Amino acid sequence: MMTLKVNGRDHQVDAEPDTPLLYVLRDDLGLNAAKFGCGLGQCGSCTVIVDGKAVLSCVTPLALLDGKQVTTLEGLGSVAEPAPIQRAFMEEQAAQCGYCIAGMMMRAQALLQRVRKPTDEQIRAELGPHLCRCGTHMRIVRAVHRAARLMDTASLAPVKEGSAQ
Amino acid sequence: MKKKSGIIGGILAVLLVGGAAVAFAIAWRPAIAAIDPGARQTFDPALVKRGRELAAIGNCNSCHTVRGGKNFAGGLAVPTPFGAVFSSNITPDPETGIGSWPEEAFRRAMRAGVDREGRHLYPTFPYDHFTNVSDDDDRALYAFLMTRAPVRAPARENQLSFPFNQRLVVAGWKLLFLRRGTYQPDPSKSAEWNHGAYLVQGLAHCGACHTPRNALGAERPSASFAGGDVDNWHAYAINTQSPAPVPWDADALSTYLREGVHPDHGTARGPMAEVVSNLSAVPASDVHAIATYMADVFGAPSPDRKRQGEAVVAQAKPGAASVPDSEGAKIYAGACASCHESSRPPPYGGIHLSLSTAISASNPRNLANIVLSGVRPVEGERSPIMPSFAASMNDREIAVLLKYLRSRFSQQPAWSDLERMITEARRTQTAFVQNSAGPDNAPADPAQRDKP
Amino acid sequence: MNAPVIVDRRRMLTGTGALIVSFSLTSAFAQDQGAPAAPPPPSPPGSLKTSPYLDSWIRIDADGAITVFTGKAELGQGFKTAFQQIAAEELDVPFASLKVVTADTKLTANEGYTSGSHSMQDSGTAIQNAAAQVRALLMAEAAKRLDVAVEGLRTEAGTVITPDGRRMRYGELVADDMLHVQAQPNSKLKDPATFTVMGQSIARVDIPAKVTGGAAYVQDVRLPGMVHARVVRPPSYGAQLAGCDTAAVEKMSGVLKVIRDGNFLAVVAEKEFQAVKAMQALEAAAKWQESARLPKQDELPSALMALPSQGTTIFERSAVSASSNKTIEATYTRPYQAHGSIGPSCAVAQFIDGAMTVWSHTQGVYPDRAAIAEMLRMPPASVRVVHVEGSGCYGHNGADDAAADAALIARALPGRPVRVQWMREQEHAWEPFGPAMVTKLKASLGDGGRIADWQFEVWSNTHSMRPGGAGCMLAAQHMAQPFAVPAAKPLPLPEGGGDRNAIPIYNFTNARVVHHFIPDMPVRISAMRALGAYHNVFSIESFMDELAVLANTDPVEFRLQHLDDARGRDVIEKAAKEFGWRKGQQAPDRGFGFAFARYKNLAAYCAIASEVEVNRETGRARLVRAVAAVDSGQVVNPDGLINQIEGAIVQSTSWTLYEAVTFDDTRITSIDWQTYPILRFDAVPDRIDVHIINRPGKPFLGSGETGQGPAAASLANAIANATGKRLRNLPLTRKRIKDAIDA
Repeated sequence: MMTLKVNGRDHQVDAEPDTPLLYVLRDDLGLNAAKFGCGLGQCGSCTVIVDGKAVLSCVTPLALLDGKQVTTLEGLGSVAEPAPIQRAFMEEQAAQCGYCIAGMMMRAQALLQRVRKPTDEQIRAELGPHLCRCGTHMRIVRAVHRAARLMDTASLAPVKEGSAQ
Repeated sequence: MKKKSGIIGGILAVLLVGGAAVAFAIAWRPAIAAIDPGARQTFDPALVKRGRELAAIGNCNSCHTVRGGKNFAGGLAVPTPFGAVFSSNITPDPETGIGSWPEEAFRRAMRAGVDREGRHLYPTFPYDHFTNVSDDDDRALYAFLMTRAPVRAPARENQLSFPFNQRLVVAGWKLLFLRRGTYQPDPSKSAEWNHGAYLVQGLAHCGACHTPRNALGAERPSASFAGGDVDNWHAYAINTQSPAPVPWDADALSTYLREGVHPDHGTARGPMAEVVSNLSAVPASDVHAIATYMADVFGAPSPDRKRQGEAVVAQAKPGAASVPDSEGAKIYAGACASCHESSRPPPYGGIHLSLSTAISASNPRNLANIVLSGVRPVEGERSPIMPSFAASMNDREIAVLLKYLRSRFSQQPAWSDLERMITEARRTQTAFVQNSAGPDNAPADPAQRDKP
Repeated sequence: MNAPVIVDRRRMLTGTGALIVSFSLTSAFAQDQGAPAAPPPPSPPGSLKTSPYLDSWIRIDADGAITVFTGKAELGQGFKTAFQQIAAEELDVPFASLKVVTADTKLTANEGYTSGSHSMQDSGTAIQNAAAQVRALLMAEAAKRLDVAVEGLRTEAGTVITPDGRRMRYGELVADDMLHVQAQPNSKLKDPATFTVMGQSIARVDIPAKVTGGAAYVQDVRLPGMVHARVVRPPSYGAQLAGCDTAAVEKMSGVLKVIRDGNFLAVVAEKEFQAVKAMQALEAAAKWQESARLPKQDELPSALMALPSQGTTIFERSAVSASSNKTIEATYTRPYQAHGSIGPSCAVAQFIDGAMTVWSHTQGVYPDRAAIAEMLRMPPASVRVVHVEGSGCYGHNGADDAAADAALIARALPGRPVRVQWMREQEHAWEPFGPAMVTKLKASLGDGGRIADWQFEVWSNTHSMRPGGAGCMLAAQHMAQPFAVPAAKPLPLPEGGGDRNAIPIYNFTNARVVHHFIPDMPVRISAMRALGAYHNVFSIESFMDELAVLANTDPVEFRLQHLDDARGRDVIEKAAKEFGWRKGQQAPDRGFGFAFARYKNLAAYCAIASEVEVNRETGRARLVRAVAAVDSGQVVNPDGLINQIEGAIVQSTSWTLYEAVTFDDTRITSIDWQTYPILRFDAVPDRIDVHIINRPGKPFLGSGETGQGPAAASLANAIANATGKRLRNLPLTRKRIKDAIDA
């Protein structure tokens, strides 16, 4: 039994410590976004964020998650209240079959948390570990740029009167 | 560093005391007249082809091509203990490259480390090795380079601190360390051995990475091939002190160098990846010659060592071994075993780690580098992929894992101070990994090599 | 268009002959084909031909909720959305008020396979016409009830409105079996000029769930009590399980059952990772007898051509023999290529009280149902197959096999839902590949530099081994009492398989096309996006360029010289114009290429111009930018169409530059992304622009596969332009390009 922090909540998980995080997220916690694409760390479909960094959950065993915060796509937002990255991907219609997209979005999210306005080169380099078989690459890059802009305008939200800022 | 500044001080004193005339005689080199770059020289295609092969042996593109840059246009920051030196443009561009160099100038650069205008070149360009290259081979290399596409790319300013940014200092360095024509054929050895020795001591410049250097950055001749450190990678000892669990022989080396992988040793990654990528395009006879010579440098293993090696190979099978109850074992089981203990042979199944030199070496830096950076695929080529674990493992966890790997997969004593080394490894992302153009050809099962 | 016949239920029940139309199972009704011989008996368009009852397509509940049924599957092309648009438009209801239900043997019409780019032509057309006819029926009913002339009525937002403003909602108008009538051959379709929903880039209805972690795929199906299974596949075709000590595996933590049925080996466990570990242990315990039966990969083209084949001349035209000045010939080859679906195949099956339900991403729920029923020796009525999206399949991948695996295993655990997930290596090794092909072309230029004679021969396996027959599925082949693989048959023209797009669309004075059909399949193959068209178009369009060079004519101009089809000409001119195509254009290290085809010579038109960069030192080719023009008839969702063409270009670039299945004499060796590399972000082009030529009112033309062939040829032509060397053997790898440059 171990405690796993996912999307801000603690979960008691009954799984062996060598179990890859991917199976725990999908089966024990019923989360859909992180996907099984290869189980070998070659395709990126399983990507989630752990302590602010994008990781491949298919080669990340529970043993490495003690005390760490896991964020999945579900934790970023919902259809009713999408996060900038989710809005961006919807607005760009950046998906065909969509199977690779959740992993792409998590990698992009981790990038945007570090780099406010990534260049094309930076985005492509960052997404190097990710495969898309449908060929949606152009839209994915556009969506990441769009998300950066959305995050930018979100941060320009008016400051409350009388606040310390 | 104290030792270094002491020696520098000594040399400068000698030069000053010796007098300006002596300094002048040592340091000054004449310019060689430029050729008319408009008059395109023609070269025999066979000569150009040989030049291409020699350039591959010499690994020219690895330093002279930067990621995202044009071929041979330079611009790679080569890190040294004295600062970074940028590789020069060796395309035949007349203004920013070597387009106005006659063959004589090229030969002088290779032989003595002096450019056409007479300026000393920094020994990051390993002319202490290239000085051994024959006239014929220089001619072929010249023919190859002069028939490349010219690229306008001005040289980048080196980032060296005083006094190292004074090329005069290089003259002193050469005085002390540049031995002209050190390669002498050994009549007691075979022609193949001699050809290999010529290539290794010359163009292939293996010692430039694999030999330790003194404080002034010159190779220590008494410690040939005893291991070196370049760009935060450790180039293993490739002499009798080789830490490989399975001793090397000529055939294994030849396979490894040309295919990039050997089932008993693993896959050549890190800065070696480009070397084997280049050697894959070189005639097998050249590579085998290199391997023959180097096998002699490794030395024939003692019967004990040989037996040990065989035992390691025999036991290097996917284990039904019960997983011990340690943190390191659990990390290994969940993050590594799916590739490193699958029944798939390298390069596509990770090597069984008991065969890994990285784990048996005294310096754990390479292992940390690989765990942190993973192995990236070569675009469009069948090539090994290892995920990067920098994000999923913190320094403590990597240390725990490395400790486990060392104890389970090697016969060597435990490493010390792992966590600090890993923090450092994480911080100093290596120049080669980041900026080098990377290999074009990927390690392959020889049966699959050259398949579509 | 005729006014719709008002159907009186009583008349229909007495079986008035005039309303019962004969069914025809031939290819889709195409309204723009030139008049051939005697006109066929009138039948309703699209899939209405085979499923004529309107309520097979549209259901309206009393509360006004509208459900649209399609027998096609959403594969990630955006069809659910497109069909919703079509129905919303013709029914005159808000887009969001509809729901689309896709392929399910219990709920939807049998539309065979979602394949061949037929969905728009078959299902889209059916839905469009059914919706129009339903609306007409509703208006007729309203006219009756409100006692007004039907001509004065109009509809708006699901309501019928009289001239004096009285309103009746659709839900109020629907009664009894009002929609249980057969469709008429003709419908009163809306004037495209009045479209408000069709032709708009409506956001796809499936994307929101996919970007927020909603359940969207068959991999997300979770049922109470569900258990996890893994199959241990043989290491090679024809391998026999010589022995397997399953005792240790049965005792592993969580393992419920080990199933061994002949060469079919599987393990079921409570938790997924337990199943994975048990599978690995079972794999290690299994001993197989293998036999070396694969051809030499190096000699694949000659090995293929040495197999027995049936040659058929599929096209011949001989005019007065024109004088021929110059003749060239060329041979083009294609290796086996993999679908490479990102998500390995998956299925869930449950067997309760003699009834089997399977959730699968198969492209054909009805054929799969028949095949699974045959495999399990059950009546088809006891099997239900429900389509749930998988990752992109691009044709016949492992989906059907995974469905069969799940059904076979579920039968051994009655009552429990069983989830089978294929591993990456299994998908790569066992999916049926796109067949290897060889084409030989020979042509002569006559006076005036035009093609006087054209000879085209293609060697290929069939391009479909879809069920049709349990023996098409691995589980059925491997069982102790196996089903034989059905005999391979060529797909008939005009669609064709290996000969798809083999007949040139150009107008050549003399031409002859021969299809050498090869029944033997040493490597498992089936349908992969575009089928034979990928290689045939690659060959034709490469060769057109070679001839253009011979004729010293610009490649675009050369094509226009030989093309009469007006819509084809439009697409060529559009692509060239938008690209900025200039005769004799040159740039250092760059090449420019052009290609064009009409998919199957009856579906969508596509022309692509490419700019490619070739590194002369390494041989690496990179697509810098591509500009495409596409004509797919009436466009339903422009953005969806653009998405498909962009994707086709990127995917075809990957196929063309990198991809070949590898094998030794016994086993497939390309078994993961290391050994079967596909395009990554470092090779993505700078720009892709897709220009749509919309043809309002024209029939829908299938577009999902139209880009594959032109993209490949456009690349090949650009590489030839950049290097001066012509490469004819796919894939056009870095090493091949380098060797050609160095030669």
